[in-house]
Amino acid sequence: MTEMAVQEPVVRDEPLVVGGKEFRSRLIVGTGKYETNQEMVDAIAASGAEMVTVAVRRVDLDRTKEEGILYHLDPDRIFLLPNTAGCYTAEDAIRYARLGRKAGMSEFVKLEVIGDERTLLPDVQATLEAAKTLVDEGFTVMAYTNEDVVTALRLQDIGVAAVMPLASPIGSGLGLVNPYYIREIKSRLEVPVIVDAGVGTASDACVTMEQGVDGVLMNTALAAAEKPAVMARAMKLAVEAGRLAYLAGRMPKREWAVPSSPTEGMLE
Amino acid sequence: MSGSGGEIEVTVNGEVRTIESGHTVRSFLESLELHPGLVVVERNREILDRDAYDDVRVEAGDVLELVHFVGGG
Repeated sequence: MTEMAVQEPVVRDEPLVVGGKEFRSRLIVGTGKYETNQEMVDAIAASGAEMVTVAVRRVDLDRTKEEGILYHLDPDRIFLLPNTAGCYTAEDAIRYARLGRKAGMSEFVKLEVIGDERTLLPDVQATLEAAKTLVDEGFTVMAYTNEDVVTALRLQDIGVAAVMPLASPIGSGLGLVNPYYIREIKSRLEVPVIVDAGVGTASDACVTMEQGVDGVLMNTALAAAEKPAVMARAMKLAVEAGRLAYLAGRMPKREWAVPSSPTEGMLE
Repeated sequence: MSGSGGEIEVTVNGEVRTIESGHTVRSFLESLELHPGLVVVERNREILDRDAYDDVRVEAGDVLELVHFVGGG
């Protein structure tokens, strides 16, 4: 009996490159809303993420709350991406971005300008305005936006380093509601497209990556899981699986069945 | 510390505080037990370089924002 030699499939994938910086992991995670700092640290480790988002906030002068995050994360080992979360105007977002740059010593910023409290959907006009100023000031802007290709193209024209359309509203866990629009954005842009917000569980991350986007950013899906580190591991695998499925090229969908076994050679 | 002895009012993170006069930004942060390497200071809407913490003095009426990184998404 001859044995067929088993060959591991060779998968050639490029690293994720944002603003000239290479990342092997296509998963970016947030650091908010964990019950304990230890849970956060464990979840980040399990996720394999090399870039994490952080927020800029006032120091608590009375020290009743927890200390800053730099007591728990080593910026030499994990890349910190300051965000402008919570900002409702271009002016505020620019102010937070500048503070974040000073705190973090990198030019990277995750730009987020919110337009509505209930949905936390982005204020497109203010996002474009802030992006323009920040790009002019030399920032590497990763811009959170909706799944609208027109805005995505405008952000690219302004010179952002990555466009980050949402899968669904921030913290909703609804998953990818509009794969068609996300695919359209990916097909039209040259800068990396990283889907940010809305992923709830591993299958959401996988389906998102199957659209061919360059990465996924999530926070609540990990922080609000019963076991954040376990979910983080699931997300790591899901992002890798989705990426591989995309690179593999999926079979076409058909409306009805096609037999998998030969129809010839059946017994009379 | 030269010229000290008096007290001044400053606004720190939205709160009016009476502090000793004569503080540099660094000595003020240290008086609050804050690590100057981990805090960014915005003074009257202008973000300070960390190198300037020893030179810039906290003046009466200053509006200071002391910020740092916290968890976020």
